[in-house]
Amino acid sequence: DKASRTDIAAPTCGSNLVVNDLEKPRKKELASSHRTIDISSKQRLCLLPIIQSITQPPSDKVEEHDPLSQSTHTDCTEDQGHTLSPPKLPYMERYRAHTSKQSPLLWAEEASSKASAKVPVLCKTPDSHKHSARDRNTASLVCKSWYRVEALTRSELFIGNCYAVSPARATARFTRVRALHLKGRPRFADFNLMPPDWGAHFNPWVLAFAKACPWLEKVYLKRMSVTDDDLATLAESFLGFKELVLVCCDGFGTSGLAIFVSKCRQLKVLDLIESEVSDDETDWILCFPEGESHLESLIFDCVECPINFEALERLVARSPSLKKLKLNRYVSIGQLYRLMVQAPQLTHLGTGSFSPSEIAGQGDQEPDYVTAFAACKSLVCLSGFREIIPDYLPAIYPICANLTSLNFSYANITAEQLKPIISNCHKLQVFWVLDSICDEGLQAVAATCKELRELRVFPVDAREDSDGPVSEVGFQAISEGCRKLQSILYFCQRMTNAAVIAMSINCPDLVVFRLCIMGRHRPDHVTGEPMDDGFGAIVMNCKKLTRLAVSGLLTDKAFDYIGRYGKLVRTLSVAFAGDSDMALKYVLEGCPQLQKLEIRDSPFGDAALCSGLHHYYNMRFLWMSSCRLTHQGCQQIARAMPRLVVEVIRSADEEEMDVCVQTLYMYRSLEGPRNDAPKFVTIL
Amino acid sequence: QFSHNTITKANQTKQIKEQEETEAKAIQIGSKDRSKKRVEASCFVSMEVGRKMANMLGTDHDLNFKETELCLGLPGGIAVVAAGNETESSSSPKTSGKRGFSETVDLKLNLQSKESTMDLNKNLDDNGSKEKSGSAKDPAKPPAKAQVVGWPPVRSYRKNIMANQKNSSEESGNSGAALVKVSMDGAPYLRKVDLKMYKSYQELSDALAKMFSSFTMGNYGPQGMIDFMNESKLMDLLNSSDYVPSYEDKDGDWMLVGDVPWQ
Repeated sequence: DKASRTDIAAPTCGSNLVVNDLEKPRKKELASSHRTIDISSKQRLCLLPIIQSITQPPSDKVEEHDPLSQSTHTDCTEDQGHTLSPPKLPYMERYRAHTSKQSPLLWAEEASSKASAKVPVLCKTPDSHKHSARDRNTASLVCKSWYRVEALTRSELFIGNCYAVSPARATARFTRVRALHLKGRPRFADFNLMPPDWGAHFNPWVLAFAKACPWLEKVYLKRMSVTDDDLATLAESFLGFKELVLVCCDGFGTSGLAIFVSKCRQLKVLDLIESEVSDDETDWILCFPEGESHLESLIFDCVECPINFEALERLVARSPSLKKLKLNRYVSIGQLYRLMVQAPQLTHLGTGSFSPSEIAGQGDQEPDYVTAFAACKSLVCLSGFREIIPDYLPAIYPICANLTSLNFSYANITAEQLKPIISNCHKLQVFWVLDSICDEGLQAVAATCKELRELRVFPVDAREDSDGPVSEVGFQAISEGCRKLQSILYFCQRMTNAAVIAMSINCPDLVVFRLCIMGRHRPDHVTGEPMDDGFGAIVMNCKKLTRLAVSGLLTDKAFDYIGRYGKLVRTLSVAFAGDSDMALKYVLEGCPQLQKLEIRDSPFGDAALCSGLHHYYNMRFLWMSSCRLTHQGCQQIARAMPRLVVEVIRSADEEEMDVCVQTLYMYRSLEGPRNDAPKFVTIL
Repeated sequence: QFSHNTITKANQTKQIKEQEETEAKAIQIGSKDRSKKRVEASCFVSMEVGRKMANMLGTDHDLNFKETELCLGLPGGIAVVAAGNETESSSSPKTSGKRGFSETVDLKLNLQSKESTMDLNKNLDDNGSKEKSGSAKDPAKPPAKAQVVGWPPVRSYRKNIMANQKNSSEESGNSGAALVKVSMDGAPYLRKVDLKMYKSYQELSDALAKMFSSFTMGNYGPQGMIDFMNESKLMDLLNSSDYVPSYEDKDGDWMLVGDVPWQ
């Protein structure tokens, strides 16, 4: 293929797509490329610098409408030696007529003597790769040549459901992938709503990629099962392997880590986040190879076993590029000090226990923690505090003013202990904290953290009937003080519609709104009304909202609001809410962007399920547990939609198939029923 | 007569569905009607325990529903809930009636003296004590609810960490170690010791001696290496009058070790 022989350099920045004149486009292709493309990406794409090297002067029209000519973003792959002239054909006008601010895909037409091919030009934007993946998906639909070139140049592959597509299919299409991002189990599995060993095994993926794509450098997994063998395969089959990030994964232990680190000579990133790592009593830290290491990020705060501190100290000393270091709770504050002294260049630090080791008489000095923190002038992200002794908190004063991210969500501290810290954190954008700080603590946050984008308030005592130290008071204070808030997760026992409505007005930039009133079916505790109006205001007023989690006493009315106004909602989590099938119908019929819908313990039945048939192929998955679904109802869906995998999951000890379905988990897939389903899963 | 633990998940689901139904009905009922509706429609006295029991009693299990009358609102004409509800002895309005635990408990306490409510409270207490041991002893504490699987939605990872923190702080007393700074005249730096590690002045003394031995022995080398040495020499030193352990108490007074008992 001419396409494959053409020397398209693997893009240096992940998501570039430069399609040059690869083959003579036939008339048919030209015609098809006249299609207008509706791109929902919000990213501004900027023209390649090559446009500036165009020998022919651009047409006036292009200049006029080119919103991007002011952009100076040049972080793109270079394309040498092609002359491109700006588009002049009528399709361009038609395209522009459809173009809004939000679909900035511009293309230039090559007007050389060779037949002209449309040359889409997509450059890397500063924002997330998810958007560029969507752009690429869209671009690949235009015509076959675009499809082929896009496939060849895609270097980051994101697969939101590992069962939606097989490893073989993925490797057949995308042959030059450098980074693989896979997600496995559905989120509700985190809350014990599904027996373990449901699936999401990394094994078939690592084997397929080892054969087909040995230049893979980065793997990011979320909620997948990874074995020690898989880790060994990773290290052995991919010679230039650089980055491994495991979030909420399980199935492996310290022995797998040991093999992995010992063989990955180019390793830059090893991030273990909220994963379950079994303690095989292997000293994996010691297994990092000697000599200078390329490590830039080492995150192991979730590893619940002691580590060899001396080996860690030596490792940090020989990792000059280390920027991110998050220690587990077996690292004492004295040991933290020693590491900080070695690595003042850190930008992200997880402090470990933040208390002294208990063995007194060891001769631990009284180190000058304050100076150690002060020396870390680049520190912007602080977390850890796993077993905090609040007396030591003043040590972090020197860096508060620089912090953009602070995670106190394992630190059981009071408002009084928080205040001196938070009052200096003027630049804070991300703050995770426990409700032990009470409403008063939240008021202190609201008073200082004007740049706050993301707030998460977790419960110290995560039970339905616990005391709720935070309430609508703190919530409202945050809404009044932190106007730039984009994402909130808030656990509480008491809430009012008024406070939620206030937040919807005060914080119009909200993209993620997750409110968890821990007592089930709790109404507004002042008026006694359901929480419908509060959530209704959120979907009405927060026009950018894409993720919503509801709680409290909710009638169908709340869902009517969501269906009516939640036009951008992609992820919706529902628990113990709604009165009837109408609620689910409102959502399925009203939310065109809905991709992930997870529902538990709500009175929705088969009729409601059928109302979403028009939409299920657009969704990543639907989860419904402890609702009112029957086997018949689910069977109907399965029959109507052959490309959906409809899984009925029962609890592990149940043998018989009830009439009622305990859990329905369904998702679109190109592969049909998976062959690794355990006994408690029935695929209809 | 029944225990939550024996209920299988299927039944739970069923209950929850029943609950939803009854609650749905309750919500749709106007406030006027609410007062007239009986147990089946709107049933709870206190949070979840009441509700669950009522359901199970009333629907799935043929237990002495009428007799226990668990689901009745607080009789005696006491206004249970927020404004807008007619109070009638048999009503327990739902949607506006969900008070916090403490409020409910207060009401229960008030009722304990009333004859007509004997059944109610007796059953609650009985069932409460079956659920958790605390409730019978401490009437101010409501019986803890049976916890629903996976709710609230906090990952077990986080729950475990918080539980561990709670355990270790309970074990070690209040806020962990009882750390104090110790300095010796002429020593280049301070030490910190955890007083809870020691049971007597002698133990503490020995430990301190070890810590500061390097200075007294002149073993403070160029790198500041501590040399935990020769115990006999240390003991000689301690027993001599060159160094006397003393401490500064909370009033700022210097006290000789031994004046006050270790405890």
